[in-house]
Amino acid sequence: MAALSPTEFRVSPVDAVALETRAADLGTRSIKKASKVAGLQLAIRMMDLTTLEGMDTAGKVRQLCQKAMRPLPSRADVPSCAAVCVYPDLVPIAVDALRGSTVQVASVATGFPAGRTDRATKLREVELAVAAGATEIDMVIDRGAFLSGRYGEVFDEIGAVKAACGAAHLKVILETGELKTYDNIRRACRIALLGGADFLKTSTGKVTPASTPPVVLLMLEMVRDWFLETGHMVGVKAAGGIRTGKDALKYLVLVAETCGDRWLSPQWFRFGASALLTDVCMQLEKERTGRYQRATDFSAD
Amino acid sequence: MPVPVPKTYKLHVGGKFPRSESGRSYQPVGNPALNVARGSRKDLRDAVVGARAGLAAWSGSAAYLRGQILYRLAEMLESRRDAMQQELVLGGVTKVAAAKELDVAIALTIWYAGLCDKVQSLLGSQNAVQGPFFNFSTVEPTGVVGVLAPEAPALVGTLALALPLLAGGNSVIVLVSERAPFAGLALGEVCASSDVPAGAINLLSGLRSELGSQFAAHRDLDGLLVAGKPDAALSAAAADNCKRVRYCDLPAADWTQAGKLRSLAFVEPFVELKTLWHPVAP
Repeated sequence: MAALSPTEFRVSPVDAVALETRAADLGTRSIKKASKVAGLQLAIRMMDLTTLEGMDTAGKVRQLCQKAMRPLPSRADVPSCAAVCVYPDLVPIAVDALRGSTVQVASVATGFPAGRTDRATKLREVELAVAAGATEIDMVIDRGAFLSGRYGEVFDEIGAVKAACGAAHLKVILETGELKTYDNIRRACRIALLGGADFLKTSTGKVTPASTPPVVLLMLEMVRDWFLETGHMVGVKAAGGIRTGKDALKYLVLVAETCGDRWLSPQWFRFGASALLTDVCMQLEKERTGRYQRATDFSAD
Repeated sequence: MPVPVPKTYKLHVGGKFPRSESGRSYQPVGNPALNVARGSRKDLRDAVVGARAGLAAWSGSAAYLRGQILYRLAEMLESRRDAMQQELVLGGVTKVAAAKELDVAIALTIWYAGLCDKVQSLLGSQNAVQGPFFNFSTVEPTGVVGVLAPEAPALVGTLALALPLLAGGNSVIVLVSERAPFAGLALGEVCASSDVPAGAINLLSGLRSELGSQFAAHRDLDGLLVAGKPDAALSAAAADNCKRVRYCDLPAADWTQAGKLRSLAFVEPFVELKTLWHPVAP
């Protein structure tokens, strides 16, 4: 990509009060009955079922893949998840387990979650994950460089990773919990969009706060403005801290009200979650049977 | 002139005092000026979530400590005698009857406080088996248990059904008397000052005709204790999710006598026995 002038990374300041009020307002909308069922099913289709623990094993990943393909084995009308998200060394296991299904394999890379390795190692990690069969790469930005004001470095790295991805989709994790201010988040979005991100992703899930409605609203606004500016559609992935079907529906309202129905598809909006799927399945069963469910009746992994 | 402070009767869910999420209230018979929260099935749902958390804290604490906490509950009842008596009078009983009911309530609470750390010895056992093994049956709580309290007596009705469950280590969700909910709900204020873990005792008010079936159908309630005669519809709804249901149909006179209300037999239906085999060391 051609060299950019530093002014390219400038963004207008965020009105924090208005942003938080709007996110809270949109969160109060009541969604019932058929719309609720449709929303919950869409949430499953948008879900990147995730396991990113030091104690992950091949067995756990295989089990997770089964759950992603058939979240509720007893119900044929419950759709598959969008993807399974794992560490790079477990990509071959997931690829093998998901062969023949519509579920994609996403791999975190670039020294996830801290991103504190050198550029060559990061790029090599991306190449290996793609070679192993990952069709989506979740990279972390260099927050140290960003917070030191070395925006060009962050931008260059995103561009380099994008090139290493080849045909794989690139999701850029901003780790908004470490960026501290909405202005920083808006600037990081701008850098990622300029760098060629296919998706903007809120968080690694390893830092609190992770995904919050105001942050996702801000990112959706950036994506919408980018589309109006360039005609290029970019997705958003809300990850971390989303545990209930009710929360998921609130995010879907944010998407529909900010970017419109075109973004209400797994191609343009994703949830990164692990516990969320169980709660969504519980809510779907509650809608079907009219009875509140117990969590222990649903598989945890 | 003191400022009059009319009281809003609220639910007690997960250690907090919310209004009904439905925003509804009702006026109990004989008290058209008093508004009481009319609980909905979503309040029950919230109470079950609270009670799950409460169960971990309550059953996880030592039986001795549970006894201490229930004893403190009795102390707080004693110190709030006057207020409680007023709540009972609002429910339509005379001052004298209210005072007597309080005596029974406090006596019952102290008795079950003392029972807490004896349940294991009384219901558990060391069993004789053939072979070089110790064999123990240990007592565990059933879990989260719902209680449909009788219409009267307002306070003793709630306590007599809830205390044995608590002594067994369960957390409880009580639907208090519909006609006289005041004393039952005021029990929340006593719990809140007694070190009872949040969610161990949850109190709902509302219409039994509306909420009873919801208690039976909720899959995450482990048991249901109902004051009154067996109800086929309730039992059928509970059977659908394998919930244990017991009916407590006492003669009216029994509800006024502490002696008739304190028994290990009230604890037994809502505890489970776990049997362990352990090799005898040579």
